[in-house]
Parts: sequence; C-alpha cells; structure tokens
Amino acid sequence: MINKNPQLDENGILQHLLTTEGLPASLLLRILDTAESFVGVTERDVKKIPLLRGKSIFNLFFEPSTRTRTTFEIAAKRLSADVINLNIAVSAQSKGERLLDTVNNLSAMNADMFVVRHSQSGAAHLIANHVRSDIHVINAGDGSHAHPTQALLDMFTIRHYKKDFRNLSVAIIGDILHSRVARSQIHALSTLGVPEVRVIAPKTLLPKMVERLGVHVYHDMAKGLKNIDVLMMLRLQNERMQGANLPSPEEYFKYYGLTPEKLSLARRNAIVMHPGPMNRGVEIDSSVADGKQSVILPQVTFGIAVRMAVMSILAGN
Amino acid sequence: MQLPDAEVLYKDLEKKIRVDCDKDTALIGIHTGGAWLAERLHHALEITQPLGTLDVSFYRDDFDKVGLHSEVKRSAIPFEVEGARIILVDDVLNTGRTVRAAINELFDYGRPARISLAALVDRGGRELPIAAKYTGIELILPADKMLVLKRANSGKLSLVLHEKNMPE
Amino acid sequence: MKIHIKNGRLIDAKHGIDAIQDIFIAKGKIVAIGTVPDDFQASRIIDADSLIVCAGLVDLSVRLREPGFEYKATLESEMDAVVAGGVTSIACPPDTDPPLDEPGLVEMLKYRAKNLNLAHVYPIGALTQGLKGERLTEMAELNDAGCVVFGQPDGLLTNLRVLIQAMRYASTFGFSVWLRPQEISLTSDGVAHDGEVATRLGLPVVPVCAETVALSNIILLAKETGVRVHLCRISSAEGVAMIRAAKKQGIAITCDVSVNHLHLSDMDIGFFDSNCHLMPPLRGSSDRDALRNSFQDGTIDAICSDHTPVDEDAKLLPFGQSEVGATGVELLLPLTLKWGMEMRLPLLKVLAKVTSRPAEILGIDAGHLSVGSVADICIFDPECYWKVTPSTILSQGKNTPFLGMELPGKVKYTLVNGHVIYEH
Repeated sequence: MINKNPQLDENGILQHLLTTEGLPASLLLRILDTAESFVGVTERDVKKIPLLRGKSIFNLFFEPSTRTRTTFEIAAKRLSADVINLNIAVSAQSKGERLLDTVNNLSAMNADMFVVRHSQSGAAHLIANHVRSDIHVINAGDGSHAHPTQALLDMFTIRHYKKDFRNLSVAIIGDILHSRVARSQIHALSTLGVPEVRVIAPKTLLPKMVERLGVHVYHDMAKGLKNIDVLMMLRLQNERMQGANLPSPEEYFKYYGLTPEKLSLARRNAIVMHPGPMNRGVEIDSSVADGKQSVILPQVTFGIAVRMAVMSILAGN
Repeated sequence: MQLPDAEVLYKDLEKKIRVDCDKDTALIGIHTGGAWLAERLHHALEITQPLGTLDVSFYRDDFDKVGLHSEVKRSAIPFEVEGARIILVDDVLNTGRTVRAAINELFDYGRPARISLAALVDRGGRELPIAAKYTGIELILPADKMLVLKRANSGKLSLVLHEKNMPE
Repeated sequence: MKIHIKNGRLIDAKHGIDAIQDIFIAKGKIVAIGTVPDDFQASRIIDADSLIVCAGLVDLSVRLREPGFEYKATLESEMDAVVAGGVTSIACPPDTDPPLDEPGLVEMLKYRAKNLNLAHVYPIGALTQGLKGERLTEMAELNDAGCVVFGQPDGLLTNLRVLIQAMRYASTFGFSVWLRPQEISLTSDGVAHDGEVATRLGLPVVPVCAETVALSNIILLAKETGVRVHLCRISSAEGVAMIRAAKKQGIAITCDVSVNHLHLSDMDIGFFDSNCHLMPPLRGSSDRDALRNSFQDGTIDAICSDHTPVDEDAKLLPFGQSEVGATGVELLLPLTLKWGMEMRLPLLKVLAKVTSRPAEILGIDAGHLSVGSVADICIFDPECYWKVTPSTILSQGKNTPFLGMELPGKVKYTLVNGHVIYEH
C-alpha cells in the first residue's frame, strides 16, 4: 500500500493540500502572498477572474457543512471554475458505496480537483493516494486530523493584523483533543516561526503528549492568557458540552469561555479569532465576539482569498 | 550584443508621451518593469490621476502550461476605470499576450474610454493584433533570448538579455 | 514413507540440542536422531546441508476466516500459507461468524482442516455464547469436539461476574482461559496508541491503561479462581511489568506477543497506513523495546503471528474505518529470526518462542524433536533473504506492514505427520 506523504511530489511541488504539517515556510508564505492578491480581486466590482475557466471542482462532503462548502464554492466560482457540490453524507455512503468507488466515479467525470470533507482522520490522504495523478485534492477537514485551509486563513489574518510572526505569543483555547483546526494551526504557527504557542483547556479536552507538537499547556485562562497577542478560540461541539468530557456548558463558560474580563488578561491589542460557527455564551461571550478586538468576520473574508490561492496554485502545478 | 541604454530610451519615451498628456490621462504600469516605468512617468509628467499597477498573473493564457507565477503582486487601480483615458505601460512588447491579459483585467474594473500602449522596447514577434502607440525603440532580437528590464538600487534602469526558459 | 533428513543443523529448544544430526522418520514418527536405525531404508532423503531442522512451528493465533469470512480467506488458502511458513500446529481464535461456541461448528472446522491433510488445527472455544460476554458456553462439550482452550479475543468481558464464573467453570475441567487484556470502556472507538502519533494524526486512542486495568482485573481473578490464564497479545511496557510481578507471585499465567509488535511502533503508521491498523494498537517505541527485551527472564512466553487476512477492500478505507489485522503466518519465522538476530540471541532460545513454549501453553505434544514423537518438522535456510510481496505470500490476505521488506529465513520443507507437505 502506498504510504508516502502525498502532498508534495519528488520536486517538492504541492500536489495536494492535506495538512499544514511538513510544508515548508516558503510554501505557506507563497500561499499567503498569493491570497493577498486575491483580496484585491474580491474588493473589485467584478469579483471573478478567468484563471480556472473550464476546470471542474468537486466539493465532496461526506460530513455535512454548509458553511465550509460555501466558502470553497465561492472561491472556485470567483476563479471561473465549474463547481459541483456533492453531499455524499446523504447519498452514496448511505447506500454502502465504498469511499474510493465514489471517488473513482467522480474522477471519470473529468474532475480536476476534489475538495474533501470527511469524519474520519486520514480520509483525504487515502483519496489523494488513489486518485488519478492529474487530480488535486484539498482537505476541507478530516476527522480530528487536519483542516489546512482554515489554518492558512488564520495565518493570513494574523499576518494582516500583526505583520510579523516571529515575536508573537498565540493561545489556542478549547477542545484541542477533537480539533482538526487546532492541529493544523499548531503546525502552521510553528513553521512560520511563532516562538510561543499555548494551548488552554481542561485535561479532558487535551490529547496525550500534545506538548510534543511544540506547544505549552495551560489549564488556567488567567495564567495562559498572560502576554498573549492572538487568541484562537475553538468551537465546542454540542455533544461534548456535557457527559464524560465536561459537566455542563455553563461551567465550561465560567472557566474557559472568553469574556471581556478574561480577554483583558491578554495583551491590550490582542486579536480574537474563531473558526466558526460560534457557540455564544459557551466558548465566547457575545460582547467579545462582536467587540473591537474580534477579527472573526475578516477571517471569513480572507478565507475566500486563501482558498482561491490554494486552488489556483494547485491547479497550476 | 550591444543593448541600448535604457535611460536614453526612457527619456525618449517620456518625450513622446508628454505630447499627448492632459489632466485626464491615467497611467497603469504592468508588473514589474512596466510599473517602474509608469512610476517614473507619473512623476515626470506630473500626472494628477493616481498611478495604477497591474499584475496580470490571474489573466495569463499560459496558466495551464506554467501554472501560477510564484510571486503574484496585487493589482491596484486607485481611480475610476469607467470612462478613463488610460496609457498602459510595459517594459518589453513581444507577443502581445501580456497586454491582452492586462486589457482583459482592466475591463473587469470598468469600461475605459480609451486604452493606449507604451513600451520601452518593441522587439517584434507579435502573436496578437496589438501595437504600441509609444515606443522607446524597435529592436530585432534572437527568438531564444529574453529581454529584461532591471532597476538598480539607485533607480537606474538597464536592459539585460537572458536565455529564454519561460514563455512570455 | 521413510524419510532421512541428513546433514542438517538440528535445533530442538525443548531438549537444548543444537548440533548437526540426522533425523530418521517412519510411519509418521521420528524413529531415530543421530544414528541410523537398523534396517532403515529411506524412501526419500532430504539433504539439509546448511539448513536448520527444527520442530514445526506452533502459532497461537491464526485466523482461517472460516466460517463466515470466506471472501477474506478460505481454509484452503490459509492452510497453504500456514505450512509455507513452517507452521505445523495452529490455535484458531473463536471470532468467526458464527463464533466457535457450538460443538458442531468446531467439529466441522476440525473435519474440514483434517481433510486438507496439512497442519494440525486447534480451535479455541468461545468462552461465552456468541462471544457476547453474557452466558457461558458448553465448555466440556466443546472440549469433546476438539477445543483445547477457551478464549474471549475481543477484549475483557464487560461483566466481571461472568468472567470470574467462566474462569471457575473452566478450571473445574482444567481448561485454560485465553484473554486479550483490554478494558472496553476505556477503548470506545480507539484505533491507535495514546502517544504522539495519534495526537498528530487526530486518531482516537486505545490507551495503555486499557491494557493495564484489564490485566490487573484478570490477574486478580486468576489468583482468586486458580484457573490457568494465557494472556494474548501484550502490547505495553507497563503490561509486561505487571505480568512479571504476577509471575513472581506464582500466579499461573503465561503470555504471548504478536510478532508485529516486536518490530513496529506507532511511528510506522506514517500517513495513515491501514496495514498498521492492528489490535492491540502498535504502541510507542519504548513499549516495543520492552517487549523485545522481555524474553530474557521468561516474562513473555511465546511469539505468535496473530495472522488475520483482510480483503483489500476492507483496508482501502480511512484508517479508523479499515479492518483490524495483518496477515502474518508466513512471516512468523522470518520476523522471529530477525528479532533474534537483532537481539543477538542464540537460535535455540529464539526458536523456543515459536515451538516448544507455545506447544506447552496450548497443552499439546508438539514443538519438539524426540524419538517417538510425531514428525512435525520445519527445515529452513536461515541465510536466505526474501522480499515480502503480494506474490511471495500465499495467504489470501496481502495486508501486512512488512510489504516490500527483505526478511531472513526461507522455509524449504515442512513435514506434518512425517509427510512432506510443503517444499520450496
């Protein structure tokens, strides 16, 4: 069975975007720089460019997510690609069709790119390892493993507001254990040279040996937020708010929810980010989410440009 | 091969454009060499419309062959394109494909009243029906060579001939 | 059929013999070792010059996939693989479909295997009906049908009262109970070791404590009931330490490890290689090193292949959804030899782990070379390296993390009941 890192070819050229882990800083920066140009495009009256005209991009969502799918769809359409949305969570998979059969069928429809969302860690790797060599795969989230475009748009946002990565302290707060976003953020932040990355969570929401990823672990917001420039909040899934992981959303909010008081413990000009959708009153207080330190809406705007950049770099490679 | 002095060519180009300039003229330089020239012209000709720059990477017709350029710059058109009288500035005019891409991009900003083209060097070899209104010089060069405009730290411009390894 | 195996280096772990000696076989039994008996007219002479002659291997876990999973492998394909691996006796876990919980099923399996006339098959009877952990099976009846031991391969019973009663009942008849220590409530949907790799890849985990908590329960219950317990597939350093301590106390336990776990760690999962989706999961490199070192003092008794052929479709899935297991009966000898070479252990000790010790655990008269005993023999070339590829392994399952690797030790002849049933 093929078991190499399928993201880069033998010349180090990006073939698929599956995870931020193992990608060189130069490549991450190139994506951010290219995205910068696309921000210009998205600010025009005519937001469309002809770059991917005639290309077919399939959104393969094995796990429902209107929001992420929409951002990829907008990005592809602004590049003039044809977009086909497949919500496979409710079609082929429920009929028992094998994942790779689904993929092979779609490849036969002359796909150029797959944007894949799946509940299982490693699903995008599996697809990338078995698609025709001229098809590019973008991981739009696999299990608890990776969500590289989210992490890249977060990096874009950080660079936009903080200019330089090399003197920042960043805290990622919340359900690290189940978060593909957190994993991709951690790899991207360390590759881009952020000297201090912290994770703040109760022990039930932290994976074992998470410090091996290069982060400092805190369980107390007051200590963890000290001298922080960037706060990256994570979404807490409904089913994890009570039970064996946490006693109640109320208790979580009290100790880990981001309130103005807790935010005041970070640096004065710290920015607050969230990948969305937010649980107001659980991981973040409304006054913070809508407050002047929040950059949550710009994240969404930048997300389109970053996804345009990833798609156009991949399509050209 | 002895190449002409870019500074001399520039002076000549500036003189030719000056004749047609008025307060409504807008300048747009194509990245990277064209943008340097447009910047100088904008200053020298005291043009009142703000300077625009274009990176045509997103409009190139060779994307399927060579992919996305590794350093894409952001296009910036800080004036109303609709109804504008624009002089597009590039360093070297060859096949005309870059200019085609630039015109396409411009039309995504609006419908200009007129676009004319200025090029420091017209080296022939056109593959599209495009002609420059203003040129510094016309040169015949071997097809396998690439002519590139360089800018020193002092701002001094010069021309260099490279082996061609990428289509225009 | 009279066979004379000559010039071979005979290694018999049970009797501590490692010498160039000839073996003489007649009527399915070893009739002499060393000197030729009077009136011995060999109908076949096997020249084992520069080869090693040892007892046929005894593998404590080989899934033949019958009944129920014939699309993954069949008795025919897997029995061919067994003898190609120099293995002459196998214990088969009861996790078939239906499970081996009825005498009829066991008899059918024994009958089908016997007709193939290849290796000896020893079905492990289900400890509970349907392996559901609720009701005891008819162990005595199953024993009459051919089950020598009883097991619950899918981890510890959720209900400890059922387990203690099953142990008491088994010990009534002197049967041993085989358990894979894994506390299900600490496992849930886990697929990987709780270490850096799972953290990086975002895979749900089977923590080490799932093994140690179960071990602790089993050891205490073994002590309480006095039943002989065999612990299958130990995977962690802590687990090994607990077994060592329990053995020191004199508790009647034995244990085995899968040969995969002697060589691999969670790092080998790489980018979600589903061939490394094993259960128990491949653990950290320190766990692997502890397993590799735990034979010296006898803490770990035996090495098995944990042979589990899986069809390709079931492995071509995201890691967590892919089916557990690796094919391996043909790799048991090569990987055991490789481990022995890397640990600089004498062959006599190395081969004991796949011949005499597992035979003792299974309670069968096999795994040794003695005059008068059944002639189950493996003859292999220790110097011959071969590459593991889908075409070099006979098992219908091609799922192994060792694909593409060169391994030492090629089986040249396998004899069962004095017949050459495999030769290469």
